[in-house]
Amino acid sequence: MSALETSEKGALLAVSKLTKLFGPFAACNAIDLEIRPGEIHALLGENGAGKSTLVKMLFGVLAPSSGQIFWKGQPVRISSPGEARRTGIGMVFQHFSLFEALTVAENIALSLDPGISLAKIADEAATLSRNYGLPLDPHSHVADLSVGERQRIEIVRALLQNPSLIILDEPTSVLTPQEADRLFETLNKLKAEGRSVLYISHRLEEVQRICDRATVLRHGKVTGACDPRQETPASLARMMVGGEVHSVKRISDVPTGAVQLEAVHLSVAARTPFAVSLKDINLRVRAGEILAIAGVAGNGQGELFDALSGEYPVQDNDAVRIRQNPVGRLGISARRLMVAGVVPEERHGHAAVTGLSLSDNLVLARHKSDRKAFISGPLKLIKSAAVKAAAKRISDAMDVRKSGEDPPAGSLSGGNLQKFIVGRELDRQPAVLIVNQPTWGVDAGAASRIRQALIDLARGGSAVLVISQDLDEIFEVATEIAVISEGKLSAPYPASELSMEKIGLLMGGMHEPKSVSAEATHAH
Amino acid sequence: MRIELEKRPRDSRFYSIASPVLALVLTGLAGAVMFYFLGKDPVEALRVFFIDPLLDPWSLDQIALKAGPLILMGVGLSIAYRSNNWNIGAEGQYTVGAILGSMLPIMLPDYQNWTVLPLMLIMGTIGGMAYAAIPAFLKSRMNTNEILTSLMLVYISQLFLDWLVRGIWRDPGGMNFPVSRDFSPSAVLQPVMSGYSVHWEFVFAILVAVAAWFMMRYTLKGFEVTVLGESERAGRFAGFSSRRMIWFAMLLSGGLAGLAGISEVSGSIGHLQPAISPGYGFTAIIVAFLGRLNPLGAILSGLVLALTYVSGEAAQLSLGVSDKVTRVFQGMLLFFVLSCDTLIRYRIRLVWSSLSSKVQGGA
Repeated sequence: MSALETSEKGALLAVSKLTKLFGPFAACNAIDLEIRPGEIHALLGENGAGKSTLVKMLFGVLAPSSGQIFWKGQPVRISSPGEARRTGIGMVFQHFSLFEALTVAENIALSLDPGISLAKIADEAATLSRNYGLPLDPHSHVADLSVGERQRIEIVRALLQNPSLIILDEPTSVLTPQEADRLFETLNKLKAEGRSVLYISHRLEEVQRICDRATVLRHGKVTGACDPRQETPASLARMMVGGEVHSVKRISDVPTGAVQLEAVHLSVAARTPFAVSLKDINLRVRAGEILAIAGVAGNGQGELFDALSGEYPVQDNDAVRIRQNPVGRLGISARRLMVAGVVPEERHGHAAVTGLSLSDNLVLARHKSDRKAFISGPLKLIKSAAVKAAAKRISDAMDVRKSGEDPPAGSLSGGNLQKFIVGRELDRQPAVLIVNQPTWGVDAGAASRIRQALIDLARGGSAVLVISQDLDEIFEVATEIAVISEGKLSAPYPASELSMEKIGLLMGGMHEPKSVSAEATHAH
Repeated sequence: MRIELEKRPRDSRFYSIASPVLALVLTGLAGAVMFYFLGKDPVEALRVFFIDPLLDPWSLDQIALKAGPLILMGVGLSIAYRSNNWNIGAEGQYTVGAILGSMLPIMLPDYQNWTVLPLMLIMGTIGGMAYAAIPAFLKSRMNTNEILTSLMLVYISQLFLDWLVRGIWRDPGGMNFPVSRDFSPSAVLQPVMSGYSVHWEFVFAILVAVAAWFMMRYTLKGFEVTVLGESERAGRFAGFSSRRMIWFAMLLSGGLAGLAGISEVSGSIGHLQPAISPGYGFTAIIVAFLGRLNPLGAILSGLVLALTYVSGEAAQLSLGVSDKVTRVFQGMLLFFVLSCDTLIRYRIRLVWSSLSSKVQGGA
């Protein structure tokens, strides 16, 4: 006990041998962690490393199976988020819990004690947001706000409780570089006030930039504690992944071929009140090219994907063309028959049905395009042996780690499921591949594998369209980059000619007079 | 103390089999309590209710007879529910199937040959499908909630039947009773074996259940049902149309309900009358859930629910309790089945103290 006490002296929050079991599986295994007052502490780890579980225990969402949490040297039990807030812990979740139809002030009021007047809350929120450089109008409706602004609501909401420790879960994943810079300023302000920040991320350069210390998790265990500024990205990545992450080999000199995928004056009205309408989108992807579409979440990426994939066909048949054929009004199955492959953003319940086995999830995407191989007879029986063999082939090719021969998709980690979903399309050598957020929430090892696979596909002469919010990823894979903002697509730029700053401006909606687009529209 | 539900990392295999059994046991226990408060000996009452009917050939025959419509409709509803289409109006589709199928023997009583029965069954099926097409149309075109529309249509169909048998279809020689003329022998569905009352409907039910199971297990259509039921978005990604699935699910469950309706009227009643079902269409909902939305499960659960009908009748005589006991048992069963199903996805944890969450003094 005495050894513990000394090590925790001076720590704001300390965690000792904290373990969380889900059945026999240890999501967190004897975690030790120590956060000092006034520091920005990074919690690094791949997806599935146990970061979220750990944080949920700190915030009282999950109860630890064993181990102890110390707050200012005293052992505490945090049994609910309310308890955590009273203790002095605030949290900003990765997925916001905001009601779009309510105003900022009303949303904040929901998390506070009832009985405080809305006017007072609005007032305090306005003051607070000014002081921390988080401009926010308390009376605006959440639906009208950008993702960055929504995140500010969450931060202000947490700050109103005057916490000593603020936990931020992957905060920059939804921000433009400029917005992220602003967030970092705020965090530094918090730090200067003596508050501590627990900063969860898998972006190494960010962590190196703002964090004082880092704790690295892998497979539920602490694999390293360090000063990130003393480390290199490679050494941090090694701690996260437990081995070298292969750097992706880029395309350098692939000759580009014929236009394979094309959108011509593609306009789509918003389907729901909260959707974005697409406005006169023009794009072309040639064989051998990877066109990446950057942009902040919620600027029409999903809608563009729906229109290109054929999940929601569009009115104008000529607005979308695959290998010179107009396909606007054709559905996804017909486009697949033209050897287009599709990888949606959401894995669970969109690209895969979590309750079904991997082989069933193979049928999901390929029952039409590989009808001869997988379906037999007028009764359309599913050839389960052939499907299972193909699922195994894909798992082997993409190094999908799974428990059992043909487990339910939901039992795989995000990265492994994503490898399967991408592999499912690659397996049929698509001439056109449309991918939305290929490595969203995927661990570094799987991400580099997926990116390499996309590059190899393009190298083999396919046209690849990648929609992504991850700028690192975009610069890693793209030959051409365009930016989507408020449903409008910028002209494409060769990847080598775009700087981070310029892309950030485009993401913020600053479309400049286009010289490149003139050439793009010229062709048709 | 409070009770917490903790999501299991994976659905429990044990409880997906044990849950219906547990539900049956709990229903029995709750039934015993009910009998106790009715002033009956609970053990004796449960024996009369659940054991005696299984020992008596006549009762077994009756159970099979009543299981026919329950299984037919339960199978259809299982598939509809699997696909996320909540057809609650099987009772109405049953009624309209009975009406449409009865047109032939009532309006053309002199047309008597071997084609009568098949035509009646086909017309009955079409009647059920047509009636289910109304909520299907409303849902697929206007996004109407099919639970409400299909349920409301039940009452319309029942009043329509009432109007028919008291009005234009009343038997001229029926002493003013609200019944239609009796069906001619060629319009009556025959017993499977002479000396028993269970008729061919039971055989149809078994065949349909096996076929439906085969479809769900091995064919692309069954796969489509499962996928669209689990996630409409994933179904769209697969190129399946949820709109077409609404039609498929509603027409299939409606058609089977219609077939059950005409089979029941033809085989068990022999004419139309204001009441042609003791709530089979609603009980079939319980059949579907108790059978785990599996067509083969529906056979078993259909037999169990048929038992509650038969023993309810027996209990009236031997125990002197109201026949409402049957409905009470069915209600409890549905309640317990749905509650026990929670155990498949969640585990229950009792949290003894929320006070300990306070900061504990340094130990």
